[in-house]
Amino acid sequence: MSQSTSAMGNEKIKSSRRKFLKSAATLAGATIGYSWLKSSQVLLFAAEPKDESLPWYGIVIDIEKCIGCGSCAKACKKENDVPIEPFFFRTWIEQYTVKNDGSVNIVSPNGGIDGFEQTVPDEDIFKSFFVPKMCNHCSKSPCIQVCPVGATYDSPEGVVLIDEKYCIGCRYCVQACPYGCRFIHPVKKVANKCTLCYHRLKKNLTPACMEVCPTGARMYGNLRDKNSELVKFLKEHTTQVLRPNLNTGAKLYYNALSSEVR
Amino acid sequence: MEPHYQHLYEILANAQGYIFPNEIDLQWGILIVVYPFITGLVAGAFILASLERVFKVKILKPTYQIALLTALSFLLVATMPLISHLSQPQRAYEIMITPHSSSAMAIFGFVYLWYLMVVLLLEIWFDYRHSMVVWSNEKKGVMKWVYKILTLGVSDISPRTVKWDRKLGYIITVVGIPSAFILHGYVGFIFGSIKANPWWSTPLMPIIFLFSAMVSGISLVMLVYMVISHIRKKVIDVNVLDAIGKYLFFVLILDFTLEGLDQIQRIYEAEESFEIIKLLVSGKLYLTLFVAQGLVGTIIPLITLAFLQFYKHKIKLRKTMYFIVSILVLIGVYSMRWNVVIGGQLFSKSFSGFTSFKVGLIGLDGTLMAAFWLVLPIGILAFLLWLLPPWKMVEEEE
Amino acid sequence: MKLYIPPQLTRLALAFAIFISLFLVLRHFLVPDTFGQYGHYRGASLIDNAQPEIHYAGQQACFECHQDIQDLKAQDVHSEIHCETCHGPGQKHVLSGESSDILKPTGREFCGLCHAMNAAKQKNAVFQVDLKKHNIGKNCIECHNPHQPWEMKK
Ligand code: HEC
Ligand code: HEC
Ligand code: HEC
Ligand code: HEC
Repeated sequence: MSQSTSAMGNEKIKSSRRKFLKSAATLAGATIGYSWLKSSQVLLFAAEPKDESLPWYGIVIDIEKCIGCGSCAKACKKENDVPIEPFFFRTWIEQYTVKNDGSVNIVSPNGGIDGFEQTVPDEDIFKSFFVPKMCNHCSKSPCIQVCPVGATYDSPEGVVLIDEKYCIGCRYCVQACPYGCRFIHPVKKVANKCTLCYHRLKKNLTPACMEVCPTGARMYGNLRDKNSELVKFLKEHTTQVLRPNLNTGAKLYYNALSSEVR
Repeated sequence: MEPHYQHLYEILANAQGYIFPNEIDLQWGILIVVYPFITGLVAGAFILASLERVFKVKILKPTYQIALLTALSFLLVATMPLISHLSQPQRAYEIMITPHSSSAMAIFGFVYLWYLMVVLLLEIWFDYRHSMVVWSNEKKGVMKWVYKILTLGVSDISPRTVKWDRKLGYIITVVGIPSAFILHGYVGFIFGSIKANPWWSTPLMPIIFLFSAMVSGISLVMLVYMVISHIRKKVIDVNVLDAIGKYLFFVLILDFTLEGLDQIQRIYEAEESFEIIKLLVSGKLYLTLFVAQGLVGTIIPLITLAFLQFYKHKIKLRKTMYFIVSILVLIGVYSMRWNVVIGGQLFSKSFSGFTSFKVGLIGLDGTLMAAFWLVLPIGILAFLLWLLPPWKMVEEEE
Repeated sequence: MKLYIPPQLTRLALAFAIFISLFLVLRHFLVPDTFGQYGHYRGASLIDNAQPEIHYAGQQACFECHQDIQDLKAQDVHSEIHCETCHGPGQKHVLSGESSDILKPTGREFCGLCHAMNAAKQKNAVFQVDLKKHNIGKNCIECHNPHQPWEMKK
């Protein structure tokens, strides 16, 4: 007797459980189905559609023209609210001095913002030059590759940007950048780096560093447009990217880059 | 001035040579040293347990459950150092909901989940289900229900079902071995795949991590076995120690060889980063690499273990030696993690200078936090041993 | 013979099904709306990145009110140097027209940033003077007009 009731009870539990399962499954199924329908929400997000009508930005830095005045580094900090401490730079300038004995001396006091004091006497110098550094806006960028959540990405214009509301601050991208261009913003506590002044580009203004460069050592332009100043420059000069061996697809081209530079 | 800046100004003043201005601050501190160390312990302990199960090494039976529970208690904590070092820890869930398929760190989340849910928990569950059913029948009050919930309500202990427990557990173990390899190989990959950093970027990195993981996991189980037996006032079976010691000896040789090969390759190829790495190794890493990792963590244990292969006399002495060896090996593997994680960030990516690193005591990224994550698993292990005591399990005839 | 399915398996399958569905449902609500619009990132982030206020107004903005200086500058060697290179960010000043919102650089070091001797400066990129020799004790702008350097003041 007791057995039959318990069997009945089991039956009841089973059927109610089945019902619950059914509705749970429909609910889950519907949500999943819905998220598939919302094409943007598939498990693996679609590859980026390349919009040919948008520019594809590249940058040229002409080392022969740079006079190491530091205007760019200073303007960059002011334009992008980067703390004025000597540790955080979206762009900075290095002075390379190759001495007659073959050794290389590199300095970048406060990123070059206060200008440069010549540290090696003239008679010891084999050659010396300034190298402004900034994000290379790589097309195969290692920082995007390693970001676990998609908080850094290549914009349709080829500008590598950061999503400050989505970055989890794991710092993996900082490790992955071979150029040392990334840092953790000490106030916002997320990754930070050069955006090619994306907010200025969108308002048809030049990036702050290029606005203030007195000698026109920095240029940016549309690599898709074969008649742009930038493409012309690239055609007429022998340019080089930093660390070509790493195949980062850097879009920052240096004119007159010396082999000592890393 | 903010204390953080103060700290950075000090480092800036102590930088040697030229470093990129953004490189002054070390991005990954002691927590990220602890993270691969803990994951390594998990993988190693699990592989030792699997040895017993898959290859039927009877002598290791007393350590089987201990190894599994050790693996579980460390695995539960494994992601915590990672999460607590994030500067936006409240956003950590994003790794699971929008994982970036090309990121080693994102996929780690899934490797971790797979290993936790499908391998470790399941294996332990199958292993303990029979006992838990029996315990839930014996106990009263809350504990009865705790065990009942833990069995997920599967209270069938007919011989046929129990046989299936064993069968399924075996399958899980077989799946588990490659999973453990993947888990820790993957941690190595997180570092090995960073092409910007020549100290990390080597295809051998996952394999080196794996073997050092096995080394550390095996010594941890040996240590835990000794401590538990001591606390329970049971005799430590020196034959068990000998068996574990033998495995430890062989894996340690492999580990040593692999790391040696890696360094030889580096020295012979002498790529553009060679000069700076030479300076790194002979300077800032000298103590932790040659003394802690090499001498204390590898050479001395190797010699002792080799000696113990032949020396079979005084049991007390042998036990003491195993005890010391396991601690030395753990120190060595911890130093290895330190050398990889911290060492890789001390030199500039401009290859022409060094920054320096000072561990703070307090704060989210400090020593205390790291120590906490290292001690917590021991607490969890004690709890698990109380909840699921291996020595009270229902005996099953094979 | 009837196929035997061990009860553990069905129970575990159920547990995993619940776990996975829960995960998928949660995920559905947690993933930001615009995620994946253009690629593996939040599409709205493009807008976020275009949002910040500018601080540098650009040279054209200055010309609207400082026609005189534009003309001065255009005639001489500093013509290629934009106003904000020397005067710093000017957007606030452009909006207010207040002189307190803009910098007026002074001092020999300021001109020296560009004109001090340094072996790294190409000879034809900028004219260099030795700050320790060139008319020491006097401010550069006492003789040179910053906007028109060769128009010497008396
Ligand atoms: C809306 C018109 C306007 C625009 C645009 C403008 N200014 Fe002015 N600026 C003024 C006025 C008016 C004064 C005079 C204020 C006074 O004499 O008190 C002035 C004064 C100055 C001064 C002298 C401040 C001083 O301390 O004596 C400088 C330098 C200056 N402007 C720079 C600039 C620059 C650089 C720009 C472009 C970014 C610019 N201005 C754009 C209206 C403008
Ligand atoms: C080479 C750097 C430099 C550049 C470029 C420059 N200025 Fe000046 N400007 C100065 C200096 C230095 C003073 C301060 C002169 C003084 O105190 O006598 C000054 C002063 C001024 C003043 C105050 C009134 C005066 O004539 O002394 C105004 C207005 C002004 N600048 C506007 C401009 C505008 C507009 C531009 C862009 C068209 C510009 N400046 C570009 C360096 C520069
Ligand atoms: C941001 C950089 C910069 C600053 C600041 C600057 N200059 Fe210049 N100056 C230049 C450049 C660049 C040239 C050369 C322009 C050219 O060749 O087209 C130049 C040219 C000159 C010349 C002409 C040299 C020659 O032989 O023809 C004089 C004189 C001069 N500057 C004086 C000054 C004075 C005085 C100041 C300070 C008020 C000053 N400059 C501040 C960049 C600067
Ligand atoms: C006493 C007035 C006076 C002062 C002050 C002065 N200069 Fe000159 N500067 C001159 C005269 C005159 C010349 C042209 C003759 C010469 O080359 O000495 C000149 C030439 C120059 C040249 C062109 C050099 C060349 O080789 O063609 C530069 C650049 C220059 N000055 C920059 C500066 C700077 C920067 C300062 C401030 C540190 C400054 N001057 C201060 C009077 C002055």
